[in-house]
Amino acid sequence: MRYAMAIDTKKCVGCSDCVVACQTENHVPIGYCRDWVVEVMDGTYPQLEMEIRSERCNQCGNAPCVRCCPTGASHFEEGGLVLVTADKCIGCGACIQSCPYDARYSHPDGHVDKCTFCNHRVEVGGKPACVEACPTKCMYFGDLDDPGSDVSKVLKTRKSKTLIPEAGTEPYLYFLI
Amino acid sequence: MREEIIISGRMNPNIDPYLHIWHWQIPLYLFLGGLAAGILFFSAYNHVTGKEEKYRAASYISTLIVPLLLVFGLFSLFLDLKHKMYFWRLYTTIKLESPMSWGAWVLMLVTPLSFILAAINLKKVFPGWKWKYPLMQTLDDFFENYRRTIAWILVVAAPILGIYTGILFSAFNARPLWNTSILGPLFLVSGLSTGAAVNILFSKDHAERLAFTRIDLVLIGIELFLITHMFMGFMASTQVQIDSAKLFLGGPYTAQFWVLVVMLGLVIPAFLEILELKKFKIPAIVPAGLVLMGGLILRFILTNAGQMSRWLY
Amino acid sequence: MASRRDFLRVSAFGIGGMFVAAAGLKLQASISDLNERSDKLYLNLIKTPTYCEVCFWKCAGWVYKTDEGEIWKIVGNEIDQHCNGRFCPRGTGGVGMYHDEARLKTPLIRTGERGEQKFRKASWEEALDMVAKNLQNIADKHGPETIALLSHGSGGKYFTNLIKALGSDSSAAPSFSQCKGPREIAFLNTFGEEVLSPERTDIRDTRCMVLIGAHIGENMHNGQVQEMSDAIDKGASIITVDPRFSVVAGKSKFWLPVKPATDIALLLAWIHVIIYENQYDAGYVEKYTYGFDYLKQHVKNFTPEWAYGITTIKPGTIRETAREMANASPAVIIHPGRHVTWYGDDTQRLRAVAILNALLGSWGRRGGFYQPESMPVPSAPHPPYPKPRKTWRDALNGKFNMTELPLASEFVEASLPDSDRDLQYKAWIVNGTNLIFTLPDQQKTIDALKNLEFVAVVDTMPMEITAWADVILPECTYLERYDSIRNSPHRLPSIAVRIPAVDPKYDTRSAWWMAREIGLRMGLDDYFPFETQEEELDWQLKELGTSLEEMTRKGVKNFERSWDDLYIAKGQEMEFFTNTGKIELYSTSMAAAGFDPLPVYTKHELPPAGFYRLNYGRAPMHTFSRTSNNPNLTDLMAENTLWVNPKISKIEGIENDQYVWLENSKGIISTFPIKVRVTERIRWDSVYMVHGFGHQNKMLERCFGKGASDTELMSIVHKDPVMGGTGMRGNFVRIHIEKPQEELS
Ligand SMILES: Nc1nc2c(c(=O)[nH]1)N[C@H]1C(S)=C(S)[C@@H](COP(=O)(O)OP(=O)(O)OC[C@H]3O[C@@H](n4cnc5c(=O)[nH]c(N)nc54)[C@H](O)[C@@H]3O)O[C@H]1N2
Ligand SMILES: Nc1nc2c(c(=O)[nH]1)N[C@H]1C(S)=C(S)[C@@H](COP(=O)(O)OP(=O)(O)OC[C@H]3O[C@@H](n4cnc5c(=O)[nH]c(N)nc54)[C@H](O)[C@@H]3O)O[C@H]1N2
Ligand code: SF4
Ligand code: SF4
Ligand code: SF4
Ligand code: SF4
Ligand code: SF4
Ligand SMILES: [Mo]
Repeated sequence: MRYAMAIDTKKCVGCSDCVVACQTENHVPIGYCRDWVVEVMDGTYPQLEMEIRSERCNQCGNAPCVRCCPTGASHFEEGGLVLVTADKCIGCGACIQSCPYDARYSHPDGHVDKCTFCNHRVEVGGKPACVEACPTKCMYFGDLDDPGSDVSKVLKTRKSKTLIPEAGTEPYLYFLI
Repeated sequence: MREEIIISGRMNPNIDPYLHIWHWQIPLYLFLGGLAAGILFFSAYNHVTGKEEKYRAASYISTLIVPLLLVFGLFSLFLDLKHKMYFWRLYTTIKLESPMSWGAWVLMLVTPLSFILAAINLKKVFPGWKWKYPLMQTLDDFFENYRRTIAWILVVAAPILGIYTGILFSAFNARPLWNTSILGPLFLVSGLSTGAAVNILFSKDHAERLAFTRIDLVLIGIELFLITHMFMGFMASTQVQIDSAKLFLGGPYTAQFWVLVVMLGLVIPAFLEILELKKFKIPAIVPAGLVLMGGLILRFILTNAGQMSRWLY
Repeated sequence: MASRRDFLRVSAFGIGGMFVAAAGLKLQASISDLNERSDKLYLNLIKTPTYCEVCFWKCAGWVYKTDEGEIWKIVGNEIDQHCNGRFCPRGTGGVGMYHDEARLKTPLIRTGERGEQKFRKASWEEALDMVAKNLQNIADKHGPETIALLSHGSGGKYFTNLIKALGSDSSAAPSFSQCKGPREIAFLNTFGEEVLSPERTDIRDTRCMVLIGAHIGENMHNGQVQEMSDAIDKGASIITVDPRFSVVAGKSKFWLPVKPATDIALLLAWIHVIIYENQYDAGYVEKYTYGFDYLKQHVKNFTPEWAYGITTIKPGTIRETAREMANASPAVIIHPGRHVTWYGDDTQRLRAVAILNALLGSWGRRGGFYQPESMPVPSAPHPPYPKPRKTWRDALNGKFNMTELPLASEFVEASLPDSDRDLQYKAWIVNGTNLIFTLPDQQKTIDALKNLEFVAVVDTMPMEITAWADVILPECTYLERYDSIRNSPHRLPSIAVRIPAVDPKYDTRSAWWMAREIGLRMGLDDYFPFETQEEELDWQLKELGTSLEEMTRKGVKNFERSWDDLYIAKGQEMEFFTNTGKIELYSTSMAAAGFDPLPVYTKHELPPAGFYRLNYGRAPMHTFSRTSNNPNLTDLMAENTLWVNPKISKIEGIENDQYVWLENSKGIISTFPIKVRVTERIRWDSVYMVHGFGHQNKMLERCFGKGASDTELMSIVHKDPVMGGTGMRGNFVRIHIEKPQEELS
């Protein structure tokens, strides 16, 4: 099993519903977020191109945040999920330093927090909150090992990319381009 | 024009607009760790090579402050932890891939040894020293027998500690500025240099002072070489590393780094030390103080600038 | 045929809560109970149905609470056609409206001058007595028709009932004269029907959609965004006409960076190409339309070459895009937009849009415009309303005869000290509209507010408008109250309910309760026959064949259509609700009223040297000024920015993130500075900002002084002579690096 997410940059409108939906679903405190939206503009008026991406932890296959964690609080779980066990985390910040995507933050309670691919929902057969909220339905989630999953299907038919593959982290957050 | 912006207002504290998760605690911890490593290394080396009586300050006196340095260092690390009540979790696993983890374990080894070393050195520094409790005296006698063994352990462990202070940074590929294998050697050498500076300060013996002045000069020379090498490496690397080097080459850290670290912390003390070797009268506190200050600032600047260097946005 | 037309008449102008018997409408259980499926995910948590009040799309959803009974999250109701189970960011962030600590917490009574923001706490008893007494005084002294209601949002129905019972029919919403009025009048005079809300655009099945200044994706009206995304998936082409590189421009096959204020020229050129290249739907035009020959003659000289000189859009592009539309016909939508009060000739521009749609045969066709249907919800039984001695039309002094609804901006005119209107207003009840930020020409609104004898404001937040109230009545948020039944028209007629998820926080009440309490104090008991809102709703729902109990479980109920006419059947005989019974390419009503029966292009003023056109719009994470203090949504966007082209930033010597002040051509200076965003997305002759920021009420702790207000810079208003819409895009500003000194006068 290998969970992954794909986001269609051609449909994403940058509305940020994925961000609020995550905030309410996961009780992310006001002033913090587990996901965010990036707008990239290129060109000179009126020859312009725009890409909009909803970003979050890439649930990396080769996760430096797991490697550098001194307590094992950051760890891999079934499906390749990279998770943080709050009561093992000492809040040293090493994993924050190690993430090239700046996907982690220090929760006001002290431990480190980040996107979990909504493990608690996925476990019971649901989809992540952001995926289910997105009004443009531009987010695809599922198991890459299952050729019938939403994400496998869309990655088969569409061109995609990952962010900074050169950092060598093996990201599993794809962007359809 | 190219624009790349976060439009969902991400402002995670200490992550945005640039990373600042490590404040003063970590660089202070690294400085104290490096300094302790330097002092311990020279002391152990003297013991191993049988020069302990020749260089008494380095072998005995300076070691008295090491437990303090390490305790302050660890305390400072503790202050950095944001989930303090779970501190003990550090010692429920050993994770060799995590510099934080093995650093913690190296300190677990070095800190008790530094206490023992300081304790058995008390009588060497203060000839009339008497322990109040007989138990302490027994322990003192016991460990005195292992002075050589402790020295052998430390002659290996101290450099590991010194290197660790740099590897802690260079393990983070995610911060382009830290992503260089030179930081380990650089911090080790810098730690040794600050250790030498303390020895110069504490030594009453002219020959010992001259010896450590000579050593320090060599160390400063190596440091300057490593720094040059580091920038050359960055400039020949990827765009993100070029950008990170630019923090020091015209960017916001240019003045701080070249004036405070390179000039005041390395070049000027080296110059003064050369004068000293040429028999000019230079108060020891000046070059030694500058070296210590330079070492501290180096770590502060690399901590902050490293966190400013990034891959995205 | 006739019955459908009557029915439409009602739903189009259903503002007065007209009663239509539910007889003849077959009721049916909802399509399927998809909601049950999602339940197992959320275990045994309590969920309460609601429909969203963060904007006027009114998506139905579920409110979830935590084990501790705190409001946790809101998600869409899967069977709701407005949202298909997915909310927009504002709806999801609606929880912030409830949690916002800046909310109004008790009734307040003014102690200082109007606008001074000096209030004291009062009990409901005292506050309601005061409102009732003042309204009674004014009714006795000047006549009840001098009491006006300005309202936007769901509680409006209850206050409308109140003032009608008193004998006033002056109830206006800013969503007409500041928003979609010109569009509705233009379509009414072309197709005999309005576009309505939700728009009847069949986006999900379209093959080509043309967006003229409609920035769907930033304009986050949920159903449209969702269907646009579906259409993109299915390969539909989008043509966006916008001087700014909007989000949807970035997703379009063609982006036409039109010169501002020249859209009519482009539309006429498109019509020209489609007619003279024989690209129109000849069968449809022949069968259903009136005035084709006039139109053909009219656009003869409006060639793409002619339009090029005006719009800066290349003739080749105009032809290519016209063919793109024609190829998709009839599954093509020339989108009518929604906030269309731009330059004062808006009804004419929207007429051109309507005509283009008619030529391509998209009205009533799959992938074009479907024919919506809504449920006729009966209002509580009551004696007939007294006939007003003067009506809102008397407040217009013969102007804007073609409007079908009252105009909020004209209520202001009729409340000014020097007003010469036949009907002059003496008291306002303001419910759920922040008029200070909503109506252009802010000074006029303030002058009117100063001149009124009594002002009561019903709101949830201490907004700018509340500062002008004599009495502030704090409403609880939509998550804490029952409300009127949502019966917006859609593909299937449907209803949705709002059930309180929690008890009101603070000493706040619902509009239903307030209106009734005031009514009872004024002896209008007969108009408020139910003692509780539950009883009223249950009665209404039973008339519709369901009950409050069922609706509390389901939230939404979709019914079967009473006529199988979502689209016009092939060859179907149709009679349109116009003078000629046809789709009027040539408008006979406009001609009779002395307006151009066919749209013409008129030139608009250009920005003077050193000034830029003030362009404005929406950000997907905010609704006007109402969400600016919402903790969840300020997290996404805390202030608006001033978009400036890089060329202009050089000329003006300003940089990204620098704060600047704006001054309009009438010398009005922005109260607060605004942060610059240097971007290629905006033309060099304009600057752009999102509407709804620059709040001036200190009680709005989170958003006070953040960003600038577009409204305060709108001193020039180009009124639409046809229906009185307030054209707001003709304002020009210049940029100041330092705060300029106000000139002494
Ligand atoms: N400058 C400028 N002016 C504009 C526009 C623009 O883009 N720029 N847009 C125009 C358009 S399209 C429209 S539709 C109008 C919209 O104009 P308004 O509807 O006036 O918009 P808001 O500013 O959101 O004001 C809504 C008010 O309702 C209050 N409110 C929110 N929820 C509730 C509730 O549950 N009960 C009660 N009683 N009150 C509540 C809010 O606190 C706020 O004071 O504005 C028009 N005016
Ligand atoms: N997130 C969010 N969504 C909303 C709302 C909200 O407050 N927030 N409000 C809702 C309401 S009530 C309404 S009425 C709608 C309004 O939504 P729309 O009808 O889509 O909005 P407008 O404000 O008319 O359009 C703004 C666009 O018009 C462009 N424009 C400016 N001048 C010109 C011009 O001369 N020609 C052309 N072709 N384009 C021009 C601007 O660059 C901008 O992209 O949005 C609705 N949706
Ligand atoms: S909710 Fe969907 S459309 Fe909106 S920003 Fe997130 S991914 Fe994009
Ligand atoms: S994105 Fe960052 S936090 Fe997530 S797995 Fe990769 S390195 Fe770790
Ligand atoms: S902050 Fe927590 S999760 Fe991160 S590395 Fe330290 S202990 Fe591990
Ligand atoms: S998957 Fe879940 S945790 Fe991750 S960003 Fe989406 S909602 Fe948040
Ligand atoms: S479009 Fe968004 S804000 Fe408007 S009603 Fe729907 S969910 Fe609420
Ligand atoms: Mo509107």
